[in-house]
Order: sequence, then C-alpha cells, then structure tokens
Amino acid sequence: MLRGITKRFPGCLANDRVDLALLPGEIHALLGENGAGKSTLVKIIDGVLHADAGEILWEGVPVQIAGPAVARRLGIGMVFQHFSLFGSLTVAENIALGIDKPGRISRLAERIGAVADRYGLGLDPGRLVHTLSVGERQRVEIVRCLLQDPKLLIMDEPTSVLTPQEVDVLFATVRRLAAEGRTILYISHKLEEIRTLCDRATVMRAGRVVASCDPRQETARSLAEMMIGGELTIPDRPAATAAGEPRLVVDRLSLSTDDPFGTDISDISFAVRAGEVFGIAGVAGNGQAELLSALSGERLAPADAAVKIDGRAVGHVGPRGRRALGLAFVPEERLGRGAVPDLSLADNALLSGYGRHGMVRRGLISFANARAFAQRIVESFGVVATGHRAEARSLSGGNLQKFIVGREILQQPRLLIAAAPTWGVDAGAAVSIHRALIDLAAQGVAVLVISQDLDELFAISDRIAVMFHGRLSASRATRRTSVEQVGLLMGGLFDQVDDDHVDVETGEKVLNSVA
Amino acid sequence: MLLRLEARGATSQAMVYLAPALAVALTLTGGALLFTVLGYDAGRALYTFFIQPITSVYGLTELAIKAAPLCLIAIGLAIGFRANVWNIGAEGQLTVGAICGGGVALAAWGAEGPWLLPAMLIAGALGGMAWAAVPAWLKVRFNANEILVSLMLTYVAGHLLTYLVYGPWSDPAGFGFPETRRFGEEGRLPILVDGTRLHMGTLLALAAVAAGWFLMARTLVGFQIKVIGLTPTAAGYAGFSQHRTIWLTLLLGGGMAGLTGVAEVAGPIGQLLPTISPGYGFTAIIVAFLGRLHPVGILFAALVMALSYLGGEAVQISMGLPLAVTGVFQGMLLFFLLACDVLVRYRLRLGLPRVASARRAAPEEAAP
Repeated sequence: MLRGITKRFPGCLANDRVDLALLPGEIHALLGENGAGKSTLVKIIDGVLHADAGEILWEGVPVQIAGPAVARRLGIGMVFQHFSLFGSLTVAENIALGIDKPGRISRLAERIGAVADRYGLGLDPGRLVHTLSVGERQRVEIVRCLLQDPKLLIMDEPTSVLTPQEVDVLFATVRRLAAEGRTILYISHKLEEIRTLCDRATVMRAGRVVASCDPRQETARSLAEMMIGGELTIPDRPAATAAGEPRLVVDRLSLSTDDPFGTDISDISFAVRAGEVFGIAGVAGNGQAELLSALSGERLAPADAAVKIDGRAVGHVGPRGRRALGLAFVPEERLGRGAVPDLSLADNALLSGYGRHGMVRRGLISFANARAFAQRIVESFGVVATGHRAEARSLSGGNLQKFIVGREILQQPRLLIAAAPTWGVDAGAAVSIHRALIDLAAQGVAVLVISQDLDELFAISDRIAVMFHGRLSASRATRRTSVEQVGLLMGGLFDQVDDDHVDVETGEKVLNSVA
Repeated sequence: MLLRLEARGATSQAMVYLAPALAVALTLTGGALLFTVLGYDAGRALYTFFIQPITSVYGLTELAIKAAPLCLIAIGLAIGFRANVWNIGAEGQLTVGAICGGGVALAAWGAEGPWLLPAMLIAGALGGMAWAAVPAWLKVRFNANEILVSLMLTYVAGHLLTYLVYGPWSDPAGFGFPETRRFGEEGRLPILVDGTRLHMGTLLALAAVAAGWFLMARTLVGFQIKVIGLTPTAAGYAGFSQHRTIWLTLLLGGGMAGLTGVAEVAGPIGQLLPTISPGYGFTAIIVAFLGRLHPVGILFAALVMALSYLGGEAVQISMGLPLAVTGVFQGMLLFFLLACDVLVRYRLRLGLPRVASARRAAPEEAAP
C-alpha cells in the first residue's frame, strides 16, 4: 500500500524510501526506536504530513491524502497516544465533535452504545469524560474511530496507559476487529505485547525499513536487537542490597489538588532508604502528579514534617532548598517542565543544575561550565543532538528524556525521584537508563521511581507500592510479589471505587489476599 | 476564498533581526504615500521629518535628550516583558518619580548642597518603585491583572501632579501659573556640552544599556526571568519563584521610569509642570519591542523613536503639518513591526490547504 515514501525535515531524513504493505484482517506491528520514523510514517498515512516522494496505494488505487478528513473518508482511523477529549463534555458530545456528520446527539448515543457493546467496550455515552478512567477514555477514542467504519485502524502506543487487565480487554477488541477483516497498524515499544498480538511486524531504523518478520517466531530480545541494530544487554535484577538509613520520609501527607480534573492525595506514608530503588505503580491520574509536585517542592505540604529529606522537615521548603539537600528530580512532562523548549541544551542543563558544577558563582553564570556539563550529559547518555547549542524542542522525545535523566543523575544526588524515567524511550536507551538507576542505588543513593510501566518497576525496584485514588498501598518486596498481583491492585480496585469509594483498608486486604 | 496563515517550517534568524529594519523602511514608504496623498511634497516632507533634525550638533544633542528617557524606560520594561510581566504604566511611574524628585528639590529650596541631586535621583527612583509596587502587590496577592492596574494608576499619577502644581506646590511668585519654582543649580543635572541642553541623564541611559545587558545575559537572575517568561512550569520545576520575579521586574521597571521622570525635571525642564512627558512611558513600550527586548536593540530603537518626535516638531514648524504626524509615524512603525514579526514566522496562503504536490512546488521563500 505504501511505496517508496520519503519525507525530509530540516536536518534529517525522517522516512527514506519506506515500503509498507498492509493486508486486510492482519494486525501489523510497526516497531522502531525513538526517532526511527514511525510517527512520521503514520502521520503521512493519516494525512497530517505529506510525503516528499513516493506514493500511497489504497486498495490498489493511488491516492492523495490531503488531510485527516480525507483519510477518514477513505476508511483510515487513528487512535492517538494522547487523547484530545474535553473533560467537561459527555462521551457522546466528545464523539460528536470528532466525526463528520454526527447527527442528533440522542441518535448518536444509541449508535455509540451499540458499537461499544458489539466490541465488548463498556462505555456509557452519557458520562462526563472527566469521570472516566484513562482506559475508558481510550475506549472513547476507539469507538469514535469505529463509528466511521474504518478499514484501517492505526493505534499509537495504545497500552502505555493501561493496567494489565485493561490490556487484555483491548487485545480482545483488537482481535475481533481483525477477524472482521479490518487492518490494524499497531505501534508499540512493548515487545512482549507485539509477540502475543501481532501477525506481522515491520521494523524501522533511522528512517528505513530494516526488517520484516513474524513476531510470534521471534523473541523479545531478537526484536529489540533488530530495532537497535546491535546486541542488547539487560541489567541484572538488583540483588537485595542492604538498605541504609531513610533518605526520604513521607508521613501522612495529604494535599487537595488545584486542578479541576486532578486527584486529591490523602494520608500517604512511605520511606525510601539509601541504596534502594522504591517503585510506585499505578494508572496515571490516581494522584501521582500531585504526589510528585509535593515531593519536588513545587507545591508545599500543609505540614512541614510531612516530607523529610535526610531527617530534615522540608514540607515548607521549595524546590531550590530541597535540591540543596541533594534531591534530583525527573518530572513527568519533559518539554515544558523538565526542559524549556526554546532554550539550548546548555541553558537547560542550567535549569536544574544551577546549584552544582560551578555553573553559577555569586549569581553570575559560567557558560563555559554549563556547556561542559551539557556536553558531558550528551556524551554519557548517548543523546542524539547537534551539540549543546541545539534547542530542547529540536530533540526527539526519547532523546530529551535521556538528556533530562542524565542531567539529574550526573548531579550526584543523594536522593533521586524519577517519574516515568523511560516513557517513550526505545528499548536500548531504556536499558541504559535502568542500568544508571540501579548503579546509582548501588552507590548508596535513594531512588524513587513512579511509573505506570510494571515491567520497568519489576526490573529495577527493590520494593513496590501501588497508588490508587490518591492513596498509597503498603509496600512489599518486589521479589515477593508478581505483575498480576500488582496489576489487580492497580485496576481491580480502581473500578470498584468508582461509585462508592473503598478505603485503604480494603486496598490492603486485597493486597494481602492476592499475596 | 480564504486567507490563512501557515507556519513556516524553520524561522530564519536573520529575518528575526532584519524585521525592525524592514519595518522602518515600510514606515518610510507609507509616510511618503501619506504625504503625497495629502498634497505635500513627499521628498521634502521626509527630509524635514527624518534628516533635517540631525544635520546639526544641536539637533544631535536634542536627539540624545529625547532618546535617553525612552531608552531608560524601555530597558526596565523589556526585562519585565521577558518575564511576561506587562507593566503598561511606566508613564505614571515616571510622573510619580518626577513628583518625588521634584518634591525633594522644592523642600530643599534655599538650603541646597551637593547632596541634593543624588537625593533627588534616589527619591525619584523610589517613587517610581512605589507606584509600580501597587500592581505588583495586587498581582501577587489577588492575581489582579497588572496591565489594567498599572495603566489606570497612570491617570491617578497625572491628576496628582496637576493638583500639586496648581495647588500646594505652585510657585508663590508665579502669578498663578500652573508651575512650581525653578529648581536651584544644585538640583539640576549638569550640562555635558556647552550651548546645548545635553545633560548627564543621557549617560544614565547608556549605563542602563550596559547594566540591562549584563543582568539578562550573565546572571542567574536574568536566566530566571527568561525561563519564567518562556515556560512558567519549567521555572516552577527549577525552583524559580514567580512571585519574586513579579516583584523584581515591576520594581525594576518602575524604578527606572521614576529615575527617568526625575532626570527630565532635573534636566531639560528644571521645574514641575502639569505635563512633563510627551508620552515617553507609552512610547517606550514600542521602543522595547522594536529593540527586540534586547538592550542594544533598544538603544537603536530609542534613537529612531526620538527622531520621530523631533521630525514631528520639524514638519509642524516648517510645513504646517499637525503634530499628530508623530503619532501616525509611531503607530505605523509598530504596525509594520508586528506584521513583519508575524510574516517571519508564518506565510500567507490563499484558499484551502494544498495537497502534497502543490506544497512541494512552492519555493521556501523568505519574508516579503
């Protein structure tokens, strides 16, 4: 269907003579590292971008896809990684905004109900979107696409925000769609998922198609090696390190959110000790963002003693003071919080590192030292960029993530807090970030990782706890629990607490009963 | 038919800096057209407006006298604009600075000494800061819009000055004219070039250019201001305080406007009058943007805008054109500058979005 697609951006060739054939009824995986050209290719199919050369054949006929509306009319639907839904509108109203000729809302609601039932996607068209879980919001997007009766459905990282149980529901839906003769183009970093779900896989590297295979015949390792074009070394599971004194102590922290669609956090207590990696799992939107801002100091805690670093109460201390005590922090949003898009990497190195490495002396900036630090991050963490002068916005998501993680790690912190440290990062880079985190803990640093990716938490953390509805479960040693158990805690409860809330005790009961 | 703006892929850095020059050129062209349509000799009018004022040493010193206040205020404002703090009330801060500095001179009347001038300058700067502190406090405390508050305070300041020069501070020997006593010699800024009005205040403007550049380019405070203006959430993550930056930039902008005010009354004017500024505080906003919020750019922009004041007077005197010509030229300049800025980043397209083939054929042209 796609022949010789080439797309050139200033400074890089995003797609170089890409050929891709998609057959009816197949689930086709598109694999590749960050910046391999997957998103560009998908945007060309969806009509958002236009190829510089090459042609697209749709059912054998050459077509010009001028825009997403044309793509929709041809029968191409796209489920995005980030949902563009209005929280204050209902499901039906959101869908009406996203399709051509929605018709009357009541009639549309019936159609939504029918489509949702047919594919096993429980969805109430009358619910307000902000009351939905992330998994349910994704169903809204999927149903929106299905109402157009697409022949090709493109899914970009659809499971990155789902619990293992929600993933199972999604896979059942995807298989049913394929059985009806629809084609699914499935983009993911999660190799195990691709092995279980997909019939065929096309692997891209540096803008080119480098391999095409049947993923069921491959191992996750061989797929990853095709992607990175080299050998993959996976870090060892951390040995039970002798944990030292508590570096970060959170004691009965409660905080009400100022975001209308945020989550209040209540009564959170935990401790992270020197030399250990502590993991906090949970589906996004369960108070992680609020907990993170309370830990970084961007929001101050009501009680000074609710947050302690090295035994010192810092609940009323801002980010600057906490950094001075040895805190380093990798935020959830890369562009716009962890980095300033319009500034160079050297300036962005200064953003959180201004207190260290002699970059600022008596209020004056040493640009030479800032440049040297930025250069060191770029080299140590294999950041693909055109040097310290490159603007942060010019980096791909994964490379910027590597830069930010590197910036925080190289500040030699006593305590590192990292949110989704490998989010959107390719397999090779994820491994090196995981190794860096484990090494850091081995040097006696206390490491806290908050992530939705259970594989990640199980790979690196010594202890794990789960966040749901603004509360945190008791922690347990990672070796003595399993992905399924934590997954149940993340999702099972979440659905139950929807109408009548279940409190921490019940949560812990589940934790105990599944143990 | 549809007119659309379409983002250019990469913004040309050269065009970003050329845009102000382009805007000046377009203003000249627009001015020539305007004069022709009004039935004047466009060549002579433009010569009178833009060239004649700077053909003599006296003219050049007058240019410096007009450019200095614009430059001084604009540098202070630009630092705030970088942090997205929109102080529109520099005119009022200037007025209060003049009142405070002038008040010191009047209070010391008959008991002057070499301490007087420094005291006046300090009082003026503090006055401007105090006036800017009102919007700063209201913004930090109640999130009140600083644009409205600072602008409205300008009119309050104007009325305060009018009250003082008509009432309690009017010259006892002034036959009821709305003016104060003339300040004594110790309360005047020294003249730099004999036979002209060029005063020490112009050196303050040059010092401000250097200081403004140093603050923004070399210090952590300047970096914080930049980050807060570009990406407030990243500033929060870095631990840069938004509230402190609001205070800092408003006090800095107000202080410099106040200093400008006292430099005007202690310089060319020499006393308090009901009107002490031909809108320097507002024109400085144009100067700040024309100069790309960069201190060196602001210096050049201030000279261009000062020329428009002199030129306006010149065409009024020698050709009988109304003084409003000055405002028309200033307005045209800002209009063309904003238009150039938009077109550097976007290109104008007619009709619906094109398909791939048409897009490919279009050359990557620069701004018009």
